[in-house]
Amino acid sequence: MKLAYWMYAGPAHIGTLRVASSFKNVHAIMHAPLGDDYFNVMRSMLERERDFTPVTASIVDRHVLARGSQEKVVDNISRKDKQERPNLIVLTPTCTSSILQEDLQNFVDRAATTSKSDVILADVNHYRINEFQAADRTLDQVVRYYLDKANRKGNLDISLTKKPSANIIGIFTLGFHNQHDCRELKRLLKDLGIEINQVIPEGGFVENLNKLPKAWFNLVPYRETGLMTAKYLEKEFGMSYISTTPMGIVDIANCIRQIQEKINIWAPILLNKKMNYESYIDEQTRFISQAAWFSRSIDCQNLTGKKAVVFGDTTHAASITKILACEMGIRVSCAGTYCKHDEEWFKEQVQNFCDEILVTDDHTKVGDMIARVEPSAIFGTQMERHIGKRLDIPCGVISSPVHIQNFTLGYRPFLGYEGTNQVADLVYNSFTLGMEDHLLEIFGGHDTKEVITKSLSTDTDLTWSSESQMELNKIPGFVRGKIKRNTEKFARQNSITIITTETMYAAKESLNA
Amino acid sequence: MSIKISETLIFECETGNYHTFCPISCVAWLYQKIEDSFFLVVGTKTCGYFLQNALGVMIFAEPRYAMAELEEGDISAQLNDYQELKRLCLQIKKDRNPSVIIWIGTCTTEIIKMDLEGMAPKLEIEIEIPIVVARANGLDYAFTQGEDTVLAAMVHRCPNQENLITNKQKIKENKSKKTLSSFIETGEKIDISIKNSVNKIPLVLFGSLPSMVASQLSLELKHQSINVSGWLPAQRYIDLPVLSNQVYVCGVNPFLSRTATTLMRRRKCKLIGAPFPIGPDGTRAWIEEICYVFGLQTQGLEQKEQKIWENLKNYLDLVRGKSVFFMGDNLLEISLARFLIRCGMIVYEIGIPYMDKRYQAAELTLLQATCKKMCIPMPRIVEKPDNYNQIQRMRELQPDLAITGMAHANPLEARGINTKWSVEFTFAQIHGFANAKDVLELITRPLRRNNNLENLGWTNLVKKG
Repeated sequence: MKLAYWMYAGPAHIGTLRVASSFKNVHAIMHAPLGDDYFNVMRSMLERERDFTPVTASIVDRHVLARGSQEKVVDNISRKDKQERPNLIVLTPTCTSSILQEDLQNFVDRAATTSKSDVILADVNHYRINEFQAADRTLDQVVRYYLDKANRKGNLDISLTKKPSANIIGIFTLGFHNQHDCRELKRLLKDLGIEINQVIPEGGFVENLNKLPKAWFNLVPYRETGLMTAKYLEKEFGMSYISTTPMGIVDIANCIRQIQEKINIWAPILLNKKMNYESYIDEQTRFISQAAWFSRSIDCQNLTGKKAVVFGDTTHAASITKILACEMGIRVSCAGTYCKHDEEWFKEQVQNFCDEILVTDDHTKVGDMIARVEPSAIFGTQMERHIGKRLDIPCGVISSPVHIQNFTLGYRPFLGYEGTNQVADLVYNSFTLGMEDHLLEIFGGHDTKEVITKSLSTDTDLTWSSESQMELNKIPGFVRGKIKRNTEKFARQNSITIITTETMYAAKESLNA
Repeated sequence: MSIKISETLIFECETGNYHTFCPISCVAWLYQKIEDSFFLVVGTKTCGYFLQNALGVMIFAEPRYAMAELEEGDISAQLNDYQELKRLCLQIKKDRNPSVIIWIGTCTTEIIKMDLEGMAPKLEIEIEIPIVVARANGLDYAFTQGEDTVLAAMVHRCPNQENLITNKQKIKENKSKKTLSSFIETGEKIDISIKNSVNKIPLVLFGSLPSMVASQLSLELKHQSINVSGWLPAQRYIDLPVLSNQVYVCGVNPFLSRTATTLMRRRKCKLIGAPFPIGPDGTRAWIEEICYVFGLQTQGLEQKEQKIWENLKNYLDLVRGKSVFFMGDNLLEISLARFLIRCGMIVYEIGIPYMDKRYQAAELTLLQATCKKMCIPMPRIVEKPDNYNQIQRMRELQPDLAITGMAHANPLEARGINTKWSVEFTFAQIHGFANAKDVLELITRPLRRNNNLENLGWTNLVKKG
């Protein structure tokens, strides 16, 4: 047992549901007790989804506990099959159902015989893996299922596309700025003359997965999800993949050079020429993206040697650490991640760019570290933002878990050349705000802090009884003034001189205040 | 599919495939209500993830609740439950020193049959802090019923008249070891509670309300010369009300049927079955019922209700004749529907997770009377609703307002159906005369928004096909 208040990564089934609901026309059925469908709320609220989230629950209740699910799961699958006609139904176990040890695979096999949809059982162990690992695994499972199926049916398409093309693997719902990143990646590839074969899972159709091998290579932008699928495709179809995250000027260039390498395996044969992207990289770096110029400008000079702390998922924490250290000359005192399962890779990535490395999923350890280091700015998750608030240190949010304000309506990629601009803004704004705060403190602020006339009422003719004063103090600060004024107004109208709690309620009733 | 609307109340029961919050969410409001408590939710990552996301910002405010997160070793019984819980509870005692620790049992503890009720008394003696066990799990309960399980468990901890003083002293001594200030505070409290308890007929109200609302309701009864001798829960655990077979009890919320049963059966209290004080009509009926039981003539109640209705005029003009569809997720539905019908609205369907016809009898009667009075057909009451079917019905009925959970709100809005999140009714102040306005404020918000956005021509925001 572990005493926990906060967790960075969610439970496994969330990962599975995120992948399943990112595909089009795929429905997930959770084998779960009432109330476990909280995923629908998150998707509907955070992503502001217009469509009903294609996730329902086959409810595990007291009866199921006593007698087993029996026909219930199968019925729910066939019912969903008839109602929505999805291409695929993913039966998703939850932590509750996995201890029940019912033979869910048997339900799936039975349901598959009668339903028009394909039916699979998500293969995730709740007590061993987290949200990210489960997402990675589920994506791999779905891709395998459809490539195997195509292979058996003989409609597997492994001929390469005429023009160079790529699959983007790992863009999905509730991912940190994933939608914007996807658009930016598409633009980048288009600039390079590369077509998009498929983007999975977001917006993809499972029926098209048999055409995945047609791409010349796979691009896996995020470390956490997609690598399993990419490795499977490499092993099975010899498709090479690139897993360098194109975040920050240096890594974008690295990524593009790797793309060039992969393209040039086939280009001389299929296109009769070799591709060279060096001039593109140079043009973008020096003139299109503003980030390279920014790091030369005197603004950025002021940031030199300032201390920062970075914490987040492996992809974002590693990339931001490298950007801060190499591209902006900021001293990263500590870089950390909560993805304990990928500890080795993370350490290898950041070891030369920071003073210390912290791998933990305990937010109190992160908080203690920040308090000890006392950085000028933090780059972390929502949790670090709150730690920053408490310690009065500005924080830029660079990774999940996040709140609704990180699902921006405006275009905010972290990847690609536009991403470099966004990251530069984020970093710079965090620091200047911190600096400004500091100066204000030294020079006593913009303005006199005490506002002389706080309320419109004069306090002379009315007395508040001690209880009503206490009652008033219970009212949240931002409305207290208004309620005080209205109560006093009411008291004057009714020639009451001593305000009691009763007067307060009477005022509320009469004034609708 | 055509929907028949009949003259009598119709009860239906569907599949139970509906969205609601997990009952463990009750810790969100209960830990704030009971100031000296600590809630320990014994469950898995799934429970933790739900709480963390559902409670949003509260999580950052050093809340007095935590997860005892079960790991693989706990599930497969490689670790000793008792030792593990002891370790965590000692940690909590050291860090927070609460007056009570409340263990919230979850689906997982049910399935692995962790004997929380058996362990609690032993551990309680060992660590010298009361441990209350509530099984607020998704296998048995929905959303607000979580509070019901916690309060029902607390009923057993309410003092008898005799042991009141000794108990308080024991707690006082325990506390005095820690700080001097808490000693003085409890000392003062005892005097007041003793004074209050020498009241003619003791009345204890049950249901957790924000302290402002609780004192408003107490004050309403005071106007009728009725002194509320205690609340379950009180602001602090050590102030739990005295219970005995002389005590009358009355609920303030419709989801407290277990608590009511426990009060009657285990503590022999006398239950006053009344409609709930939601809306001016409900509040008046609630007070009248209590007065009736106490043999008192109500004073000025009718005029007071009348005045509230007059003050609500602007809102009533907005809602009159509009239709509502309750998808059902928090058990407040019957009372809210009754109030809205009285406001002149038409209710198509009242979805509700669980319907205790005995505990809600007076409320159902009032609903029926209200329908007759307003000449509106009785709505159908759908227990354990099926959200998919409901959405089909809504498509046909096109209600002016759907009261629904957050999972469906945005998709319905995109399809041109106005929604109000039902969860807000659980957290807003909706009880008593003074708060009737707040309910209508919530209800009319989408309607007022529409008045502002009307004529823009983009109510439907989903692509066809």
